Amino acid sequence: MPLVVQLRSAVCLLGRFPALAGVDLDVAEGEVVLLSGANGAGKTTLLRLVAGLAPLHSGTATVLGHDLAEDREGARPAIGLFGHQTFCYDDLTVRENLRFAARSVRKPVEAADTALERVGLQAQAGVEHARLSAGQRRRLALAVALAREPRLLLLDEPHAGLDAEGRAVLDAVVRTAPADGRTVLLASHELDIGRALAGREAVVAGGRVVRGGLLATSDSVPRTEKEGAGAR
Amino acid sequence: MRRATPGVADGPALLNGTLSIVLGWTALAALITLAILGLWVAPPDAVQGDAQRLMYVHVPAAWLAYLAFGVTALASVLYLWRRTRSPVWDRVAGASAELGVIFTGLCLVLGSMWGRPVWGTWWEWEARLVSTAVLFFLYVGYLALRRIPGPGRAKRCAIAALIAFVDVPIVHFSVEWWRTLHQQATVFNPDLNPEIHGTMAFTLVFGVLAFTLLYVFLLDRRYTLETLEEGREERELEQAIAERTGTAELVDAGGYTATLALRLRRARKSLPGSGGETSR
Amino acid sequence: MSLWREVWLVAGKDLRIEARSRVVLYQILPFGALVLLLFAFALDPSRGLLPRVAPGLFWIAVLLAALLAVSRAFAIEQQNDARDGLRMSGLDSSALFLGKFTAIALELLVLEVFLGVGVAVLYDVEVGSVAVLVLSALAATAGVAATGTLYGVLAAGLRVRETLVPVLLLPVVAPVMLGATRAWEAGLGGVASDGWPWVGLLALFAALYTGMGMLAFGPLLEES
Repeated sequence: MPLVVQLRSAVCLLGRFPALAGVDLDVAEGEVVLLSGANGAGKTTLLRLVAGLAPLHSGTATVLGHDLAEDREGARPAIGLFGHQTFCYDDLTVRENLRFAARSVRKPVEAADTALERVGLQAQAGVEHARLSAGQRRRLALAVALAREPRLLLLDEPHAGLDAEGRAVLDAVVRTAPADGRTVLLASHELDIGRALAGREAVVAGGRVVRGGLLATSDSVPRTEKEGAGAR
Repeated sequence: MRRATPGVADGPALLNGTLSIVLGWTALAALITLAILGLWVAPPDAVQGDAQRLMYVHVPAAWLAYLAFGVTALASVLYLWRRTRSPVWDRVAGASAELGVIFTGLCLVLGSMWGRPVWGTWWEWEARLVSTAVLFFLYVGYLALRRIPGPGRAKRCAIAALIAFVDVPIVHFSVEWWRTLHQQATVFNPDLNPEIHGTMAFTLVFGVLAFTLLYVFLLDRRYTLETLEEGREERELEQAIAERTGTAELVDAGGYTATLALRLRRARKSLPGSGGETSR
Repeated sequence: MSLWREVWLVAGKDLRIEARSRVVLYQILPFGALVLLLFAFALDPSRGLLPRVAPGLFWIAVLLAALLAVSRAFAIEQQNDARDGLRMSGLDSSALFLGKFTAIALELLVLEVFLGVGVAVLYDVEVGSVAVLVLSALAATAGVAATGTLYGVLAAGLRVRETLVPVLLLPVVAPVMLGATRAWEAGLGGVASDGWPWVGLLALFAALYTGMGMLAFGPLLEES
């Protein structure tokens, strides 16, 4: 199975702080992988690295065939990042923002309209972003990621801030992802939901993936004694 | 004036330690000689009198103002170009800019002092002074940008230096053009251009050389200082990485902040030296 | 999508935001007009000074307004991490630059029309060569917009953005101030032909900084 994401000893700095201190991770096409770990473990930075937004300090990283050390930008149009912000403009309406998001990755406007319907924000289509409620913004953020028709979906604490209906939409998106030809990397605190949705769990701690990062049998053998002792 | 201490991030100072010492003393000797030449040996100007002697410092300062900016621009190019990218160039650019702003300021002040007896005013909107004034502000902007920390600082500053550098000839040309349109007869508005020959010319050239020696020496010193500072930050970073990977097991167990603080305290006590496990 | 369609997409986005929020129209334009007014207070109209210095005052007002326009152009990218959105887009960085540049330039041109009328009325100037006035204004505006976009993105992620951009931008556009003012002096009741060399200088500056902007915008956006 082709690897959508492959990281080896990836180090990523936030200023002077090594947010990622040597990550090894493989993600195959069509997988849904859960990244679990405490606050500050490096989950968000890991997603940003994969998205090509955080620079690689050392190590190797290949995403969708692009070597991030050489070409950080190449894979971005095919990636949908659902994070803490909506990437939208306050003065534009929901529909205008989504259309801009779709057209900026050369997708047709229909992709924007489809995403709008999928997250259930049709009623807010003509509402300015500034006037949306927090919950509506969360859904919009998801719609922005979907409007790009991405091959790789990166979800950072996606369940936070979503009401029951929103969560249902999100879960449906994740469940149909493999069928849609999408790979999903999901970072979450909500282990119950996360584990139910994901096919595999990679535990992130101290800036590294301490368990479950690689696909082969190395999964079951702790890489060092320290990590084995620390594994839950 | 020793070599930089070992264990520093990137190499020692720009110049070999001995060369630096020799250069420093030579520059000092040259400046003293310049003072003697300029104040006593060279004759006073026929029109401007002794005031003209300021030229021997003003012109070299002007030369350095532009040279330093050129060095900053060149270093910026070398930093931006992948094949030659290195923190060395970033430090050179910054060091040269700091020196440049000082010499530019000096040039302006001396120009003003020279102008006072010649023009009767502290300032004239004369082409070269105005261009130098704009240069001063270009420096100030660059240095303001340099003060802002962050991982992207070097690239940001390098691009900014180039944007500003490209502007320098445009400023010079447009100001020159502007002022020649308003030029009045030289008799009533003498500019800072006395006729120079013989000893005066020699002193002037000597001045330029002496100041250039001083500039190179100071550049090396400032560069070394910057290297040492960055070296310290590098060591702190390596420590942080070691801490981060070392505490992996502790994060799972909780109490992340407390344990990290404890480890950092322990690591600090074992400085100087390696400090903590290095797993790279 | 061709480069020009991408440019139009980005410029259109910015212009639509302006059309919705009217910041340039209701805040920046009045600011420019106030600057002109305050100059009159400072310089005492009764002494016949204003018509002579009108070109200079006009361009200073435009330049100060441009600082606000640039600030606004990048403030909108600060909202909701929009810059990350731009980075994640597949848009060519030259297109991003040209798009923002175009929007800022158009906004400035609208400002100049209003302020120009203001100057003509308040300072009592006579219009000589419209060609010199218009062409120099276009070139000067392009130069200021290009440089402004460049420094705007450079400072985009910095906390001190608003105080940093003026100190970076103003020295660099000094030749534009010089050229535009001289050209307008020529065009407003002076010798019109004196203005053409300055128009050439302004065009050169604009071309140079637009080129640099297209090259540097990408790397600067990544670092911001």
